[in-house]
Formats: sequence, structure tokens, C-alpha cells
Amino acid sequence: MIVTYIGRVIKAGFTSFWRNGSVSFASILVMVLALFMIGSLLFSQVLLRATLDAVKGKIDISVYFKATALEGEIASLQASLAALPEVSEIEYISREDSLAIFRERHQNNALISSSLEELGENPLGAALNIRAKNPQHYENIALFLEEGNFPVIDKVNYRKNKLVIDRLTAIISGSQKVGIGITVVLGAIAMLIVFNTIRLAIFTSKTEIEIMKLVGASRRYIRSPYLVEGFLYGAVASIVTTLLFWPLTYWLSPRAVQFFGFDLYLYYIANIFQFFLLLFLSGVILGVFSSFIATRRYLKV
Amino acid sequence: MLGVFRVSFSLPFNKFLHMIYFENVSKIYNAISVALENITFSVEPKEFVSLVGQSGAGKTTLIKLLLAEEYPTEGSVFFESLDVHRLLSEELPMVRRRMGTIFQDFKLLPAKTAYENIAFAMEASGRTNEEIASDVPQILELVGLSDKADNFPHELSGGEKQRVSIARALINRPDVIIADEPTGNLDPLNAWEIVRLLGKINDLGTTVLLATHDKDVINAIGKRVVTMEKGKIIRDEKKGRYVL
Ligand SMILES: Nc1ncnc2c1ncn2[C@@H]1O[C@H](COP(=O)(O)OP(=O)(O)O)[C@@H](O)[C@H]1O
Ligand SMILES: [Mg+2]
Repeated sequence: MIVTYIGRVIKAGFTSFWRNGSVSFASILVMVLALFMIGSLLFSQVLLRATLDAVKGKIDISVYFKATALEGEIASLQASLAALPEVSEIEYISREDSLAIFRERHQNNALISSSLEELGENPLGAALNIRAKNPQHYENIALFLEEGNFPVIDKVNYRKNKLVIDRLTAIISGSQKVGIGITVVLGAIAMLIVFNTIRLAIFTSKTEIEIMKLVGASRRYIRSPYLVEGFLYGAVASIVTTLLFWPLTYWLSPRAVQFFGFDLYLYYIANIFQFFLLLFLSGVILGVFSSFIATRRYLKV
Repeated sequence: MLGVFRVSFSLPFNKFLHMIYFENVSKIYNAISVALENITFSVEPKEFVSLVGQSGAGKTTLIKLLLAEEYPTEGSVFFESLDVHRLLSEELPMVRRRMGTIFQDFKLLPAKTAYENIAFAMEASGRTNEEIASDVPQILELVGLSDKADNFPHELSGGEKQRVSIARALINRPDVIIADEPTGNLDPLNAWEIVRLLGKINDLGTTVLLATHDKDVINAIGKRVVTMEKGKIIRDEKKGRYVL
């Protein structure tokens, strides 16, 4: 009996979904717009996060040594740095490397090249590029270098870099927060619109529901097909929206790689199932919930 | 299943004998509109009762109270000894399945075919698919609409729509048929056809309560007539005619 009941309810929901084609179409369209908004905001959050990670990955501390520093002194400092638990990697740049890098960077500047020629000897010192295991660790490493008062060190370029990096981080996480705020607000607006669309669709069913009550249908039997319809709106809309993002991310991908160094299309393909699941659940919950609330008004005995 | 024993035993015993019993019922929609005033009347099993009176007399209000679509301002309405306004929300649909209803505006579900409209009433009562598959064609045959089974209401004439609604009212073998101006939207020939059908239903043992202001209809039936005027019952005759 329960199987018959569920079968009838599902069949009634599908029939009504199909016969009220224009209403279903409008509801799905509105729901696609809402889910599309949620999806876009999700992707922009991912992009911002990727940018932030990329920036954080670029942080390091460079220690510049005086030109007079001896290799042994540098090596012993490098050894004590390597002993610090926070340090993950140290790159040694010799005086010759420094000069080569400097030359290359200024190869188009005739004045600098000629000055170097005139100088005859290498004016640059060696350097160490230090990477921490974790961005928060840089502070400790910088303190170690500063408080050690090593006479061989010319300068440590952390403080200046830190300022720039802190600002960038603040901007990105700020826009991430704003993004979350916008997501929440727009998501709420989208849901309200979907809710009202479905409510209006059911509003036209007022007399229908009254007739069903008069014929002796129970509240649950009247309501369930509407819930099935709401479910169908959400399911179809989430499939459509997920498919829409395919060409869109494909098209956007080269641009995203250029601006953010992040491949949106690959991300979409890799996460398509989770992405679909999220949209599906949002759509279905929204559809069923809207139908539930909308029918409640007419079902009060 | 129905809460027969929830009815208080302090009530007079005769309530339990009537099929329908209105006890001192008043309905006041608002201060300027007193639709029913202290109505007491009963319908017995297998009776054919015509409820007559001019438009605005209170016939529809009385029927809405019986169907528990409206609540009385005062008094109680009993259907087979159940106070219809004190039923739990799960019980009301079950009581309504025992009352077959027919209305002037047919009240068919517009998005369902003739067949589906009738089948819906059976589905709602939890009947099996086999019962539905055998009963619906039979009743369509009975009301002469076998060839219109797959038509939607907007594809049917007024008389055909009313016959679908009669078929729907009958399909669950109700204890009473309640008809509110069933001929109001029909031409005389179709109206007569509907009245004849109602008479046949009554002959087969189903109680009929028919509200109408159609003089010809009443005079043709020649059974009990309850006449209403301005919310009161002014006449109740065993073999009545329409007199105003
Ligand atoms: N929902 C309502 N609100 C206010 N007044 C109503 C309502 N329904 C009916 N009435 C009034 O109650 C009276 C009886 O109406 P009704 O029962 O429809 O009469 P009938 O069916 O005999 O024509 C009329 O005066 C009508 O205007
Ligand atoms: Mg009326």
C-alpha cells in the first residue's frame, strides 16, 4: 500500500510538472539564475583563495651579505639557520651569481653596464634566500637574524617585503570577506525570488487544493505531489546550471590563468561532482521548502 | 477508526439515530450578514431532502457547515453522530469521503481528465489500483461518458461536467450525496437528466440532500421539501412543493 501511495504521489508530481509546462519552465529558469549566482560566487571565492595562496607562496627572506664577508662565515650562518625548526629551504647565491643576476637584470642599461666595467671588481655580496615551512614563521626567522647582530650581514629584506605582503593579504582576504557577504546577500535574494515564483505558481492551485480537500484527500496526499514538483524544479535546474558552467569555465580558463595563475576549467572538471552535489542540494532543498510553505496556506482546514 | 465515542454521553440520545443533525445552529459571517439563525433539522438514512429557498436564504451556508468548510457561530452539526467541527485533522478527510458532493460550478480539477478526476477521489481514499481500474470505467458507463474519459473539463459541456462530478461523488459509495444547485448552470434538459440521476441514486439506497431554488425541479421530485427564508426554516413538508 505504501508503495502504491508513493508511486501515485510521484506520478502525480511528474504529470503536473509536465502538464504545467510553462509554469515549470519559469520556475526552473528562475532557479537556474539563482543557482548560477551561487556557482559564480563559489568560483570567484576559489579564484581569490588561489591568488592569496600564490602570493603567500612567493614570500621569502633574503639575507644580503657584505662583499667582504668570508664564505666560511656565511656557511656557518647558513648552518645555524638550517638548524631552526621553522626553516624549510635555504638557497645560497654566491657573489658571482649575484653579479650575474644583476647583470642580466640590467643588460639593457648601458650606464650600469659601463659603470660595472669601470669598477673592475665585483661590488656585490653573497645572499641567502630563506623559505619558511609556514608563512607565520617568517617573523621568528627575521627576529633571529636581527637580534643575532651578525657583523657579516649587510641587510635583511624582510620588513619592507612584509609590508607589501601584509597589504596584499589584507586586500585579498578583505575582498574574500566582501565576497562571502555578497554571496550570502545575493543567495538570500535569489532564494526569495525562487520562493515567490513557486508560491505564485501554487497560488493558482488554491481552488484545486480546495477541491481535493472536499473530495476527502488527506493533507499529506494533497501536498506531496507539489513537493515532488519542487524537487523536480531543483533537480533539473541544478543539472542545467552545472552544464552551463562547462563552456563558461572553458572559455574563461585562459584568462584566469593569465590573471590569477589558476586554471578554472581544470578546477571545474576536477570538482564537478561536488559542485553538482552542492547545486543539487541547494536547488532541491529550496524547491521542496518553497512548495511546502506555499501549500501550507491552503491546507489549513 | 472514527471517534464515535468521543461524542459526549450527556447529549440527547436521538442524535445518534439521524444521519445528519443540525442542533441550534447559527452562522453569522459578520454583523450585517446573519446567514443562519438557530437552525435545528435532521436528515434520516435513505431520505431525499430538497432544501429550497431564494438566493441568499442560507442553503449554501448550511451545506458548507455540514462539510466543515465553515464553522458555526453557535450550535453543532452532526454527521452520523460525529460532530464534524470537532474532528481531528486526519479524521475530517475520512468523513468527507462518506459524503459525495456536487456543486453548481462542478469543482472538477482542471488539470485532470474526466477519468483522472474520478480516479483521484478513489486514490485519495486509498483504494487499490485494481479497484480503480475496474470501478472508474463502470461509473463512466453509468453516467454515459465512456467516450469522454480522456477529455479535460474544458473540453466537456456543462451537462457532461456535471455528470463527471456526479460520477466522482458516487465512486466511493458514500452514505449521502450532497448537491448544491447542481442544475444551476444547466439547460432544462440537462437539468432534468441530473435530477433523474439523483432520484435513481436515492432509489438504490443513498441519502440525498439537494439544495436548489429551481421550482420545476422541486415540483417534479415530489419528496420531502425543507423551505428556508432569511436564514430560517419556515416549512418542512413530507411531500412538498415549492411555494413562496
Ligand atoms: N463568506 C461570506 N461572508 C459574508 N457573508 C456571506 C458569506 N457567504 C454567504 N454570505 C451571506 O450569507 C447569506 C446566505 O448565503 P448563502 O448561504 O450563499 O445562500 P444561498 O445558498 O441560499 O443562496 C447571504 O446573505 C450571503 O450574502
Ligand atoms: Mg447557494
